[in-house]
Amino acid sequence: MSDVLFYMFAALALGGAMGVVAGRNPVASLLSMVLSLGSTSVIFVLLEAHFLAAVQVIVYAGAIMVLFLFVIMLLNLGHDYRPDLRVTLWLIAPVAAAGALFGILSRGLRAAGAPAGTDSPVDAAVEEYGAIGAIARPLYTEWVVPFEITGILLLVAIVGALALAKKRV
Amino acid sequence: MNGLSSGVFLVSSSLKVVAAFSVLIVAVAYATLAERRLSAWIQDRMGPNRVGPFGLLQPIADGIKNVLKEETLPGSASKLFFVLGPMLSIIPALVTFAVIPFAAPLPTPWGTIPMIVADVPVGILYVLALSSLSVYGLVLGGWASNNKYAFLGGLRASAQMVSYEVALGLSLVAILMLAGNVTLTEVIFRQQHLQMWFVFPLSLAFVLFVISAFAETNRLPFDMPEAESELITGYHTEYSSMKFSMFFIAEYAHLITASALMATLFLGGWDVPFWSGDDAFYRDGQWIMGFDAGGAPVLADPAWWKSLLTFAMFALKTGFFVLVFIWVRWTLPRFRYDQVMQLGWKVMLPAALAYLMLIGGAILVLDEIGLAFGPAYGLALTAVSLVATGIFVFWLDRGRIIGGASRPARRAPPPKAPDSRPAGEARLPAASGAGALTP
Repeated sequence: MSDVLFYMFAALALGGAMGVVAGRNPVASLLSMVLSLGSTSVIFVLLEAHFLAAVQVIVYAGAIMVLFLFVIMLLNLGHDYRPDLRVTLWLIAPVAAAGALFGILSRGLRAAGAPAGTDSPVDAAVEEYGAIGAIARPLYTEWVVPFEITGILLLVAIVGALALAKKRV
Repeated sequence: MNGLSSGVFLVSSSLKVVAAFSVLIVAVAYATLAERRLSAWIQDRMGPNRVGPFGLLQPIADGIKNVLKEETLPGSASKLFFVLGPMLSIIPALVTFAVIPFAAPLPTPWGTIPMIVADVPVGILYVLALSSLSVYGLVLGGWASNNKYAFLGGLRASAQMVSYEVALGLSLVAILMLAGNVTLTEVIFRQQHLQMWFVFPLSLAFVLFVISAFAETNRLPFDMPEAESELITGYHTEYSSMKFSMFFIAEYAHLITASALMATLFLGGWDVPFWSGDDAFYRDGQWIMGFDAGGAPVLADPAWWKSLLTFAMFALKTGFFVLVFIWVRWTLPRFRYDQVMQLGWKVMLPAALAYLMLIGGAILVLDEIGLAFGPAYGLALTAVSLVATGIFVFWLDRGRIIGGASRPARRAPPPKAPDSRPAGEARLPAASGAGALTP
């Protein structure tokens, strides 16, 4: 049952990803990306990573993609980028990059082999603290400094974006 | 699966899905009737009262009318997205209800069945995820119509949803801190355990949540995406017949789900007040009612009449919030768009953040001095929240309504010539509260 679901949503995720790069219409590309992100979050659910699934939808599909949609609509993006795509290099480079990535990933996966056993330390943590506690505990105890630094990094990025975008009025 | 065999789980879950869906759809139909009758009552009209006794069959007539109307498809619309819009709008609105517990567990010969469609471990986050997805329907519908008014409605919808989601999420964090978990069943159990609904210890979170819920459901005073006096009807201007109806059903389903969520998070859900006999929570393989003095669990005693009674309580509380939604819609005028954005980013967000720090600090202090989780704990938090809510309301009011009514009437200042302020701002002092309006 869950194998069938996995292959179904893996196919949807891949199809969505293909749609993002192949789509001619920016809005269609964006919706394909939402489809891909949603399917990935279903795969997270199949892996019992409920928190990741929810956060994936809330943050990426629900917030960032809505902002993308907002910007695409506000700028009313049309087909102005088409001439750029006529250059042969722009067609060859992405395909080559994707092929290289696929090669590296499949090699890495083959080296890693099948996952051993189901009794991982993660399962014990989920059992003890619940789906959210299992992530929150290490994040706020052991890894609290990297976590906070990441937060400050994002803040710096926001301030930088504001400073760049702000016009003198 | 709460100790049920997989066959019982499957059958009971399917039955619950069908039942919850049917009840929700019927509730949506009658919410539209309630809105029309109440608005008529507020405006001193009769309202729809011809179809059936008291107009009770009006929703059926509306449904038939909508099915029979002509489907229009604007020639310049992009067809796929135009059809996709209403679908993406109605699905999140209907499936959010799955995680809301609607009654105490029901004992059957095959085991005690929890009265919730899906008790997912991420509870509230699931609600947030779906509510963040529901904006796609509005935005796509507005964009695909290829109509400038619909397009403006869609743009407004996306900006408004993103803005108020932040305050909504932050006001929920206060609940999560007090409940200790994100599943809605546990939120209800903790309210029973505290012997106090969360609306008292977390009053400011309640205020912020209600305001954000109005914005998220696009109801007046936040119906910027529709704004019929500015944008015709905004994002669904070009829609007709059942496609329009789907947007309509989505709006009311959203309204009912938001009401049910408020009842669950702040008014104890299906909990019957001042009575702990109905309490039940699934923990470590058994249904418990609470803990005795030594901390040992007390087993719950589910009964069919308790399920029925608690479901009635849940319906009552949800119905109350639906009435509040309708009441507010026909009482308040619409915000200006810049006011909506200002309220979202400059008032709600800082207030929610400050309150989060305050409640977090209060919970830390209470835990440090070793106060047990119970009525005293709740009262201490209630006092803290009351002060915060008072400060928030007075600050938001800026002496216009609360202080304004008791002050002697102010005359509008004589017009200065030339007035350098923009027109919108110049009108504000004259309309600022009851003081200026008293003759």
